[in-house]
Amino acid sequence: MNEIGLTHLLFVSIALFFIGVYGFLTRRNMITMLMSIELILNSVNINFIAFNKYLYANKLDGLFFTIFVITIAAAEAAVAIAIIINLYRNTRSIDVEDADTMKF
Amino acid sequence: MSASTIIFYILSALILGGGILAVTVRKIFRAAIFLLFSLIGIAGLYFYLNYEFIGAVQIVVYVGGIVVLIIFSVFLTHASGDDMNKPKLTRSIFSLLAAVFAFALTMSYVLKEQFVPTTQKAIEPNVTNIGTQMLSTSAHGYVLPFEVVSMLLLAAMIGCIVIAIKVKLPAHEVPSDIEDNRLMAASKDTLGSALTEQV
Repeated sequence: MNEIGLTHLLFVSIALFFIGVYGFLTRRNMITMLMSIELILNSVNINFIAFNKYLYANKLDGLFFTIFVITIAAAEAAVAIAIIINLYRNTRSIDVEDADTMKF
Repeated sequence: MSASTIIFYILSALILGGGILAVTVRKIFRAAIFLLFSLIGIAGLYFYLNYEFIGAVQIVVYVGGIVVLIIFSVFLTHASGDDMNKPKLTRSIFSLLAAVFAFALTMSYVLKEQFVPTTQKAIEPNVTNIGTQMLSTSAHGYVLPFEVVSMLLLAAMIGCIVIAIKVKLPAHEVPSDIEDNRLMAASKDTLGSALTEQV
């Protein structure tokens, strides 16, 4: 148990993933739900880097996947915040329960 | 226990503690700050694993970009000192149960699995190797995803501007009461200027 191995890193990443899932299920505020999604994406990145480091050190594929996930997460956060701000202008609220204009 | 092990446990505690506080604390601004600590811990974990480039990208993009964006959107949309509504008790209990059981299930599979590392020579993850493979057009190059992602970023940028831009209403669509007020103000103005001219 003294040497840090793959299992330790997988423990951290899985725990972070389910912390994000818990936050996504309990929060009703759109910005905090976005934060939970960021946590989930970061746990996936840790996973890619850990597998690349410990199992496939002869390749760099995990690293490239991490770079692309970070890029797409940045684009996703920017678009999501633009949508949230536009929604706030129209409904004066960022609670998901209030965003039901297109529901019926 | 070596120093490296202790550093790993400190980083893990920072990541998981920051994450837990970010999803449970009820003040939204504090949640953003705890998310910041969690992301810094993840960058530290990349540095710990000798992936310096990814750690630097993590700090630049997440800490310098996304968290700042989130904090600005909190200021624009929310009274940041207010508490958020408490989640319903049943919902938080069931979410907690789902998360804990899914975590236990996944960990049980991970602990059962025998991981076999490769025996081939390791590639150093430095910037030269990353850049060469990223822009290579050979079988293991990543130039096509690179170009696709650049298109995605352009589309996201234009989309953000289009979504978040404030539309100015044309004159004939302004609601009538606002129009009346504006007309009255304008007529008062011209009346006032006419009076001052006469005096």
